Amino acid sequence: MSETLLDDYFRRYGLIAIFAAIAVGVPTGMLMMSWMLSLMGIRPHVPTAVKRSIYECGFETLGGRWTRFNFRYYGIALLFVVFDVEVVFLFPWAATFGAMSAEFGAFVLLEMAAFIGILVVGWLHAWRKGSLEWG
Amino acid sequence: MDLPEWLAFGMAGFTLAFIVINAMIMSTALYTWFERRALGRFQVRLGPNRWGPFGLLQPLADIIKLITKEDTIPDEADRPAFTVAPVVLLLPMLLVVAVVPFGEDSFLGRLNVGILFIVGVTSISTIAIFVGGWASGNKYAMLGAMRGVAMLISYEVPMALAIAGVLLLVGPALPADAEGFAGISSLALSKIVESQVLPFLLVSPLAFLVFVAAASAEMSRTPFDQIEAESELGSGYHTEYSGIKFAVFQLAEFMAPIVTSIIIVTLFLGGTRGFSPVPEQIWFILKVFVVIFLLLWVRATWPRLRIDQIMAFAWKGLFGLAILNLFVVATEIEFLRTSDGTLSTGSLWLMAAINWPVTLVSVVVLARLLGHGRMDRPEPSPSPLANMYAEAE
Repeated sequence: MSETLLDDYFRRYGLIAIFAAIAVGVPTGMLMMSWMLSLMGIRPHVPTAVKRSIYECGFETLGGRWTRFNFRYYGIALLFVVFDVEVVFLFPWAATFGAMSAEFGAFVLLEMAAFIGILVVGWLHAWRKGSLEWG
Repeated sequence: MDLPEWLAFGMAGFTLAFIVINAMIMSTALYTWFERRALGRFQVRLGPNRWGPFGLLQPLADIIKLITKEDTIPDEADRPAFTVAPVVLLLPMLLVVAVVPFGEDSFLGRLNVGILFIVGVTSISTIAIFVGGWASGNKYAMLGAMRGVAMLISYEVPMALAIAGVLLLVGPALPADAEGFAGISSLALSKIVESQVLPFLLVSPLAFLVFVAAASAEMSRTPFDQIEAESELGSGYHTEYSGIKFAVFQLAEFMAPIVTSIIIVTLFLGGTRGFSPVPEQIWFILKVFVVIFLLLWVRATWPRLRIDQIMAFAWKGLFGLAILNLFVVATEIEFLRTSDGTLSTGSLWLMAAINWPVTLVSVVVLARLLGHGRMDRPEPSPSPLANMYAEAE
């Protein structure tokens, strides 16, 4: 990689880094501003036992906050991992499809069709077994 | 005055980024006014109209109220995580704007992997929502956060697949050369805009529909607002938030439609392309405004879906449609491409002519498959306690 290319690279991502720093700084500044208002006594700060308890409809919360995860969430997470990895493989294929297919012909399309086909069979199986149902 | 180069670059970058971020926050404040007025009209009421002409000063009044309001943190909460969550939710919304072209040369970060950057960065908001819900130490917040994560990751898959369908249509990459030209990959947003001789909305309407549905789920507004279903969960993941932290959460939430519209316009409506007397920046803003209004219209029209309907829609409906779109488009390109792998404008029109009927048929088939009572749950059996008072009378 030549020096100008590297320089260009740092410029592009340097801008994004500066942008990200300000994007964090602005909301943090808003929080700080409100906090300073409370130091100046403009923003009230009178915590009471009721305010400091967690929100509930007139009852005290039964049990801790650690409600158990329903097992459905694990199913969804597994499906997500499977198909999101598929997407990872799809992106480079889609981005170069035109040029690749001009060079290698229909093989490029058929190969991805086979890959996705296997996953689609899995998807239909999951559908039939009821893994895509909620509840 | 001679500044060292890195310092000049840093100062220029700082100024630009600061202006863009503040412009985004200001337009979000104005958008809250617009949304509330428009929703008022949709629901045959007035909306905020007290402060300033047409209630235009309402956002200012809201900001003053929220910033001077007491900020309560429950004892159960995990304080550092509770405080960080709003900032983390706002970050991805702003970062998307950093890579989007507002005009042919109005760029902030001209990334060669623009669309990948957007896909990656937007998934940060899932984490922020879970951190906020978990750190609150409240069951409602926890439930809202869990539902939120399940819903957001489910819709991320069809959204990414729809984007892959768009990438198929983008022209070939320009390789880097020795003279310092860094090359333009077909993942760059400028390249995607440049390829839209015909807006991709016309060429592949199925990808557009899938993307709009998935993106409106990603910003968790009304047809898909299970995250903060007020009638069931208090207010979802931000139940415990008040004062300025709530304001930052709301800022991120109201910025989401603007950011989503910006992405939709860039990917499907030709981004900055337009007719010559009007500058392209104006075209871009006009298109964004139209899309924002359409999204608002959707919000005002549809009632909230149940969580099982939402999940079924993502996994059974949109996922299938996105895969179908991908292969229909890829097959068309296989037959219509020129010998160097590009598409002529004529073949784009031909693809549009094929894709519109395909879209209509597949949407109707999907509605038959999922609609008309097929997603109803079995009749719930009433608990013996439910009729306790009826029997006492």
